[in-house]
Amino acid sequence: MKKMKTRLALLLTAILTVSMLLAGCHGSKDTAAFAVPETLDTSRDFEITFWAKNDTNKTQTRIYENAIKGFEALYPNIHVNMRLYTDYGKIYNDVITNIATQTTPNVCITYPDHIATYLTGSNVVVPLDELMENAKYGFGGSELLYDGPDNGELVDEYLSECAFGGHYYAVPYMRSTEACYVNKTYVEKLGFELPETLTWDFVWEVSEAAMEKNADGTFKVNGQKVMIPFIYKSTDNMMIQMLRQKGADYSTAQGEIGLFNDTTKELLLEIAEHAKSRAFSTFKISSYPANFLNAGQCIFAVDSTAGATWMGTDAPLIDISEDKLVRFETAVRTVPQFDPENPSMISQGPSVCIFNKEDPQEVLASWLFMQYLLTNDVQIAYAETEGYVPVTKKARDDAAYRDYLSRKGEDNDNHYSVKLEASELLIENTENTFTTAVFNGSASLRDAAGQLIENVTKSARRSEKIDEAYMTKLFKEVTSLYRLDSISAVEGKADLGPLPGTARALIGTLVLVWILIGLYVLKEYVKKSKKSG
Amino acid sequence: MKKKLAAILVATMALSLAACGGNNASTAAPAESAAASTAAESTAAESTAAESTAAESTAEAASTIAFGDVMTYEEFDAAEIDTPVTVETYVQAKQSWWEGAATVYTQAEDGAYLIYGMGCTEEEYAKLVPGTKIKVAGYKSEWSGEIEITDAIYEIEEGEAFIAEPTDVTEFLGTDDLAKYMNQYVSFTGMTVEAAGKDDAGNDVAFLYNWDGSGEEGNDLYFNVSKDGKTYTFTVESYLTGADTDVYQAVKALEIGQTVDLTGFLYWYEGANPHITSVKVA
Repeated sequence: MKKMKTRLALLLTAILTVSMLLAGCHGSKDTAAFAVPETLDTSRDFEITFWAKNDTNKTQTRIYENAIKGFEALYPNIHVNMRLYTDYGKIYNDVITNIATQTTPNVCITYPDHIATYLTGSNVVVPLDELMENAKYGFGGSELLYDGPDNGELVDEYLSECAFGGHYYAVPYMRSTEACYVNKTYVEKLGFELPETLTWDFVWEVSEAAMEKNADGTFKVNGQKVMIPFIYKSTDNMMIQMLRQKGADYSTAQGEIGLFNDTTKELLLEIAEHAKSRAFSTFKISSYPANFLNAGQCIFAVDSTAGATWMGTDAPLIDISEDKLVRFETAVRTVPQFDPENPSMISQGPSVCIFNKEDPQEVLASWLFMQYLLTNDVQIAYAETEGYVPVTKKARDDAAYRDYLSRKGEDNDNHYSVKLEASELLIENTENTFTTAVFNGSASLRDAAGQLIENVTKSARRSEKIDEAYMTKLFKEVTSLYRLDSISAVEGKADLGPLPGTARALIGTLVLVWILIGLYVLKEYVKKSKKSG
Repeated sequence: MKKKLAAILVATMALSLAACGGNNASTAAPAESAAASTAAESTAAESTAAESTAAESTAEAASTIAFGDVMTYEEFDAAEIDTPVTVETYVQAKQSWWEGAATVYTQAEDGAYLIYGMGCTEEEYAKLVPGTKIKVAGYKSEWSGEIEITDAIYEIEEGEAFIAEPTDVTEFLGTDDLAKYMNQYVSFTGMTVEAAGKDDAGNDVAFLYNWDGSGEEGNDLYFNVSKDGKTYTFTVESYLTGADTDVYQAVKALEIGQTVDLTGFLYWYEGANPHITSVKVA
C-alpha cells in the first residue's frame, strides 16, 4: 500500500529545494573545522544519531538495526540512535531545518545534490579525505575493530560521485540505476521481437501499436479497458538520460544551465505526441508503473532497479489485488537508448555523510559507524533487499554475494529473478552509468527537467496546443518556478565576505616581494647608469 | 640576490596556492564547485523523486484554468478524465498545505470531491474551515483509481455551511457500488479487528506503522477489519490525522477481535482505502 501518502510526502521536496536555493544553510553558528583525533576516546560514551532511509521495506529496517547492534557490540561506548525515513526529500527537509539549530544528525543517508546545499553552511558537513586516509581509523585502518574495505576497495565510479571541489563529503552506500521492466508476452503478441537493448523508437512504436482497440472499446492487446503502454516513474531521470544520450546540454560543471535547448524541445514534442495518444504517462499523472505492469495494463515500466521486487507477475511485493494480477513474462532491460551501441544510464542510490560537531571525538565515532555500513555483511544484506548492488569491490567479490547472484530464480523471494536481473544489469553497466554535476541549485534543475515532461504530458492529455509558443512559455514558467534564473545570479553576485587573515597576509607578502623586486631592478639600473656615466 | 628573490617568489606562490586549497576544506562552501551527482533513486515502493505537484499546481492553475459553468456531481462523474471541471462544494477536512498548495476533502449534497494540490496561500488555507462553501475549478484526474480534482483554483462563496453526515456503506464493502461513495464521509459499523501483521517476536498485532510495519510513531497506521468473513485494510493517514489525534491513539489501542464502528473519508488506492477519522469500540 503506497497510495497518496507518497505523493503528498514527495510534493514537499521540490518546493523545499526551491526555497532553499537562495536561502542556503545560513543562520547557523559556525562550528570549528574538524581535525582527526589521535585516538578514539574509549573512556567516554558517545551517542550518535543516524538518519536512515528505507524503501518502506521492513527487511531494510532490520538490516540497519542489525548493523547498529553489531557495531555497538564492537564499540560499547558508542550508541547509535536511528531515525527512519522513507524518502530522501523528508531527510533533506529535516536536515535543512536542523542545520540552523545545530541539531543535525551525526550520520545521514543522503545524495550529493542535497549535500551541495548543506555545504553552503560553514563546516556543516565533514570532509572525509583525512578520515579515509587515516592510518588508524581510515579505510583498512590498524585500529578498526571490523573488517571494512581497504583504500581502493570502493567502486571508483561510485566514490567519485561523492567528491565536491576536490574533497570527499560522503561515501556511497548502495547503488542502483533505472531499468525498463517489459511485458515480453505483450511485445511478442503485438508482433515485435524484444531486442537486447531497447531503443526509444522501438518503445514508442510498440506503445502506439498497443493502443489499438476492439469495437467494444477494450484494447486488443490485453482485452481490458485500461492500457498505458509506457509509464515512466521519474521523469527527471528520463529527461536527463535522454539529453545525455543525445549529447545535448543539461548543465555545465560550474552550474550554468543548459537544459532549455532545442534538443529538449524536440524531445518534449515527441513525448507530447505519445502522451496525446495516451501511449505514454508518468507516475505523477497515473500511478506506479508496477501496478499497471502487473495488471497487464502497461508494457514498458521504467523504474529504479531498487524497485525490482514490485515488478512482474511473481513479484514478492504486489500492490494490486490478486484478481487484477495478470500472468506474463517479465524481461529486464536498460532504459531506452538513442545509440544502443553506446548505452548510457543514470547512477543513483544513497550515499552517507557525516555532520560536523564541536567534539571531534563524536565525529570520529560517527565516521567509525559510517565505515561499518561498508562492511560486507551490511553491504550484501542490504543489496539483496532490492535490485541494488554493493558499493565495494570487497563485497562484490565476496563468495556469499557471488553465490546469491548465481541462484537467480531459485525462488520468488530472496532470489526473485527480476530483482537479480536488475542487479546484474547494473553490475554489467557500471561503466555506462553517469551522474550530473552538483552545485547549489542542481537539485532544482533536476526537478525542472522532470517538470518539463510532466507539464507537456498533462497539456497533451488536456488537448492543449503544443507548439513553439507553448515551449517558450513552458521554459519561462519552469525557469521561474524553480528559480533557475537565480542560480547563476546568486553565483555571479555572491558575496564571498571579507578575505581571511591568512589570505590578506599572503597578498601583503606578495606586494612586498614585488616592491623588493622593483627596488632591486631600480638599484641595478642606477648602478649601471653610474658605471656607464 | 636574484636567487633569493626567485626563492621568495616561489615560496610565496606555493603558500598562496596552499592557502587557497586549504581554505576550501575549512570553510566547506563550494557552491560553485563541480562534482558528480547521484540521482535520488526512485523505487516502486517509495518514490524519492521530488514531486512538485503543489508548486506546479499553483503556477499552472494561474495560467490555464478558469471557472466554468458549475457542474452537478452527476455531470462531474460523467466528465472525461483530463477535462476541466467546476464544482461548488463544502470543505469537510483539510489534509495538508505546503507552499501554496492544499489537499482538501470536500463534499456537497450530491457527491464528494478530493481537491489535490489546490493553489492557495497559508492564510487562505486557514480560512478553509469545515463547512466552508467553495467554488473549485480544476481538471478531473485519476491516480491509482482515485478520482480527484487537480491543478485547481477556488474561491470562497457565501452560503450556509454544510457538514456531511457519514453514510453507512458497510453493506457495499467488497462490491463495485462502493466506488459511488468515493471521497465521501462514510461509516463502517460492526467491523471486527483482525491481525494486521506480526511484531518482531512473531506475535499478531492489531496495527502496523506503514503498510509493512517498516515505519514508526508518526507514520501512517494500517489496520485490518473484517465483515462477513472478508478482510479490508483501513488507514489512519498521518497528514490528515497525525499522532496527536484521538483516532491515531485509538487505533494504536485496538485489540484483535474487538468490534468497532469507524468513520472516515473513502479514499481510493487500487481499491477502497478509507482514511479513518474516528473509531469506537463497541
